[in-house]
Amino acid sequence: MSARLLVCALRDPTSVEGLDAAQWNSLIAAARGERLIGTLAVRMADRALPDAVQPIVTDALDEAAREAKQALWEADRARAALKDLDVPVVLLKGTAYAAADLRAGQGRFIGDLDILVPRESLDAVEAALFAAGWEWVKPDPYDDAYYRQWMHELPPMIHKTRDRMIDVHHTILPLTARQTPDAAALITDAVPLPDGLLILSPEHMVCHAAAHMLADGDLAGGLRNLWDIHSLCCEFGAAQEDFYISLFEEAAYHGLLVPVWRALRLAYHLYGTPVKAYSSPITVDYRLKQCDRLFIVRLLARDGWGRETHKLLRFAFFVRSHWLRMPPAMLARHLFTKWRKGHRPA
Amino acid sequence: MTHSLTLNIGPATFRIGSAWSQPIAQLARLYAAYPDASGRVADFTVRLEPAAFLRRWVRSSIFITGDHGLADAAPMSLAHGLLAAEMGMNLQMALGWRRHLLLHASSVEKDGRVLVMTGESGSGKSTLAAMLGERGWRLMGDEFALLDMETGQIFPFPRLVSLKNSAIAVMEAEVDAPRMGPMMQGTAKGDIRHLVPRADAVARMGEGGAPALLLFPRFGHDRAVRPVGQGEAFMRLTQASTNYVALGERGFDALTRFVGDVPARAIDFPCGEAAIALVEQLWEELA
Repeated sequence: MSARLLVCALRDPTSVEGLDAAQWNSLIAAARGERLIGTLAVRMADRALPDAVQPIVTDALDEAAREAKQALWEADRARAALKDLDVPVVLLKGTAYAAADLRAGQGRFIGDLDILVPRESLDAVEAALFAAGWEWVKPDPYDDAYYRQWMHELPPMIHKTRDRMIDVHHTILPLTARQTPDAAALITDAVPLPDGLLILSPEHMVCHAAAHMLADGDLAGGLRNLWDIHSLCCEFGAAQEDFYISLFEEAAYHGLLVPVWRALRLAYHLYGTPVKAYSSPITVDYRLKQCDRLFIVRLLARDGWGRETHKLLRFAFFVRSHWLRMPPAMLARHLFTKWRKGHRPA
Repeated sequence: MTHSLTLNIGPATFRIGSAWSQPIAQLARLYAAYPDASGRVADFTVRLEPAAFLRRWVRSSIFITGDHGLADAAPMSLAHGLLAAEMGMNLQMALGWRRHLLLHASSVEKDGRVLVMTGESGSGKSTLAAMLGERGWRLMGDEFALLDMETGQIFPFPRLVSLKNSAIAVMEAEVDAPRMGPMMQGTAKGDIRHLVPRADAVARMGEGGAPALLLFPRFGHDRAVRPVGQGEAFMRLTQASTNYVALGERGFDALTRFVGDVPARAIDFPCGEAAIALVEQLWEELA
């Protein structure tokens, strides 16, 4: 199982010593498949590596540096487009990590630009982005209406000339999910960057990463999301004593205790995150629960050719992600509409 | 994967996996003279997978993917498996290679100096390179010319030459049958048949040369030669490069230097023999 090799290499870069060519091939294919090649490259950057591996690592470092630069430029363009609105704009996920120079951003693949704005400003934000050259990606009226009525974000937009996507969030979980995080509080507690954009507070950043990975998604890209959580916790935990207590406080307030706790259990077991156990004021331990093992199998479902394995389990997690997002009757209606339109899960 | 092969072409090593034996067997035959790369760490993984579960057996259909994939790539039939493998390698280079500026161009070398030819598909650049490669030039490649960003040299990427439609008969007349791959009819680009480069092209595939002439050939027109200014050459080469944007300033500097140093001409020609005469003449005058 090559995803296991990847986890070992990320957790302890000395573990790559003595890998043979076949194992290196597996490791690299899995890292590319999980979009963790840049992160892996950063972890191995100052090690002596086999001659054939060194250029692959150098390329991955270059590519990651370019991606970070491009992502920050895109954030700056969004800042410029929205600057007259006087609306707080919070960067989320990869772009936020890069903008704040967090360890979670080092080598990280950054795809779309994700921002969070107050829900009442959505119309103005949408109009301003439109005026600045962004346009809709999804022409389908059902999708559009669905996003607007039920999702935590506007339908994705893409910039006409730069070809980069932006996701405009107004909260961090779909409105149909059972948990309802307090989006206004996320924005109130957000931390300003020098250029006027904001990032989430440390606790909220981890809450969002856990919600995104475990309360919303189907765990595609889960190893990368979990590495984010690991890196954030390492950095914030070292900087602030009892970071975990305040993290659990915030998680409880936003109804995200279950995903946050699970994320920490998984991160601790796979990546060795230095979590802290408590027995007071709340009891938190990090022993794996029975069903955590399914999550681990799902997270490690990639083979030495970079292919996804455990098709049935993946499908089960796909169904779970929809189950978490919607009440049953609505889910049935949604799936029926999608099925009629010929949609297939990836 | 069930069937696999590791190939070393120019500076890049590919690990190719396939659900079927046929494409791998064909690759093994046609790349037999290339250096043995088994047991090496590959730069890229290429996978030829069934497009759907049953499509491994029933009306077999190949989905080309790997480290870098295109989600909307159209599946191909197993009869075109060799082409799928070649396209898979090109795809990995186009999307993932960062060690050179990649020019979508053919190139040939003489006396350490390199002729680079670029143009749209069907312009005749592949055929011209293949013909020159049989007539006193060293074939460096028909798909990508690799521009070294530090030295300004062009390096070879001599994979199989992909001959299309009327070019097939032209080359069949020039080379022995064992150097030709299977005839593949009805591909997206019509008929395709691959040609194994000559032994010197393979033996010297690590050896670069200084670019001396840039041509923009166009097949099927009356003979004509037009000088191409540096600005136009620069713009056309940015469009012919798959990684120009990704390389940022390094790519810009390398390409600026290239168009500053290398004379460029657009040439039209009605047939292969006329093209070769024209190329040799321009080479004498300019290179």
